[in-house]
Amino acid sequence: MTQNATSRRWKRPPFIQNPTLRWGLWVGAAIYLALAFGTMEVNWDRVAEGATRGQRFVAAFFPPDFVSRWDSIQDGILESLWMTITSTVIGIILSVPVGLGAARNLAYRPVYLFCRGILAVSRTFPEIILAIFFVKLFGFGPFAGFLALSVGTIGFYGKLLAEDIEDMDPVQAEAIKSVGAGWLQWLNYSVQPQVMPRMIGLGIYRLDINFRESAVVGIVGGGGIGATLLTSFDRYEFDSAAAILLVIIGIVMVLEYSSGYIRRWVQ
Amino acid sequence: MPVRQQADTKIWKRRTTKAQFAVWFGWLVGVAIFVYCWRLISEKTIWFFVTDAPKQAADMAERMVPPKWSYMEVLWAPVWDTINIATLGTMIAIVIAVPVAFCAARNTTPSVHFVRPVALFIIVSSRSINSLIWALMLVTLIGPGVLAGVIAIGLRSIGFCAKLLYEAIEEIDHNQVEAVIATGAARSQQLSFGIVPQIMPAFAGISVFRWDINIRESTVLGLVGAGGIGLQLDSSISTLAWTQVSLILLVILATVIVSEWVSAKIRHAII
Repeated sequence: MTQNATSRRWKRPPFIQNPTLRWGLWVGAAIYLALAFGTMEVNWDRVAEGATRGQRFVAAFFPPDFVSRWDSIQDGILESLWMTITSTVIGIILSVPVGLGAARNLAYRPVYLFCRGILAVSRTFPEIILAIFFVKLFGFGPFAGFLALSVGTIGFYGKLLAEDIEDMDPVQAEAIKSVGAGWLQWLNYSVQPQVMPRMIGLGIYRLDINFRESAVVGIVGGGGIGATLLTSFDRYEFDSAAAILLVIIGIVMVLEYSSGYIRRWVQ
Repeated sequence: MPVRQQADTKIWKRRTTKAQFAVWFGWLVGVAIFVYCWRLISEKTIWFFVTDAPKQAADMAERMVPPKWSYMEVLWAPVWDTINIATLGTMIAIVIAVPVAFCAARNTTPSVHFVRPVALFIIVSSRSINSLIWALMLVTLIGPGVLAGVIAIGLRSIGFCAKLLYEAIEEIDHNQVEAVIATGAARSQQLSFGIVPQIMPAFAGISVFRWDINIRESTVLGLVGAGGIGLQLDSSISTLAWTQVSLILLVILATVIVSEWVSAKIRHAII
């Protein structure tokens, strides 16, 4: 009786049903991990040296030094904010025609493919790589960062706008068309009201992302707080770096909180 | 419905006059802020460089073709490093994100008043700092190399994974957990038989999705010295080896497209 009970013990079904695939994945993962750790070069002496620096860095947060570099911190943060606002606005304005063109139910086939191509290219490269090239072309300063963020915004916003338009309710669009609206009126009265609530939310979300990115484009010379941060790390002025990080975290939290609030209010 | 009377005909309006003014005022404020910011940026721009840019771009493009294909031999190792940074970083993130997510979810947290805020703070602070800034910090702390990149990606991804995971935990079907409780399961058994099977698909999806994002991010970590293909990109740009730069860009493009394809396939198989 007991023997029978143990042999009939219930076992939880595995997540991946096919046993060959399951074991194959485990073995593959093990081999990969062995290779990955085998080829990773780590200078443990340098890591050990980092421990004391790490203590200094953590200690620098109590208290952070806002005062001695305040001028450059203020400059950098304001520059980042300007870049964030202008690039979000311009990026969204430019992404509207691209997004309209990339919606399958609105555009002709060649236009659709062309706009999808623009979106794919601008989404593939991280903003920071775009910033490197814009710095080369347009010189150092916030203009290059602004362009990089704008291109990033076009890729992000255009794609989501196109998808949202493709998902819209065609009945309402047809109703507006049937009263004899022109193409622009049709866009304004049937497409726009349907996508607007979600797009406002996404626009604010993108503002949020653009601020985070604008904090790093400075590392490659694109203006903003990143340059100040890089300098303070290079000089081992951890207390100033801590201050900058706290300012960034603070602004990101304010943006995130208010964007959540605005999105709830819009929807 | 706002209707305006004009002579004998009624004209339908989209908004009342008051609402129209509010909208108009909102636009005015928005445009004013934009123009102000734009002026400040344009003050810091040297416009000669901008007008010169098309010429520069044509020049750069000319120097970038054809890509120096022989440089590919050097690039295999950095590409491998880049993939490792993304994969190992995602693994670290998942290992830390799971307990954080269970502490942050309202229905599984040990204490709503003490543990949950701590977990939420970990999530917010990890999310609000860009991986490049994490890398910058870690490179000064533990030295340049792949390890700094792995940890940077890991730290950045904790917040993302934990946030999506705890939202998935909060949305589970409670009836199944109740059924497990009814059989007399202990708390740990409730977790492993009632909750974990429900969030498993979401968990796998989140991990793969984050891995895909991390491949993209790990391509640039080298710019601050944290290993991967960014190192080669940085040195090629500073030595003005444009034919190498174009090859690196193509390699990044290919890596990103492949990783996107892989993650789409896996997510499709799971869901």
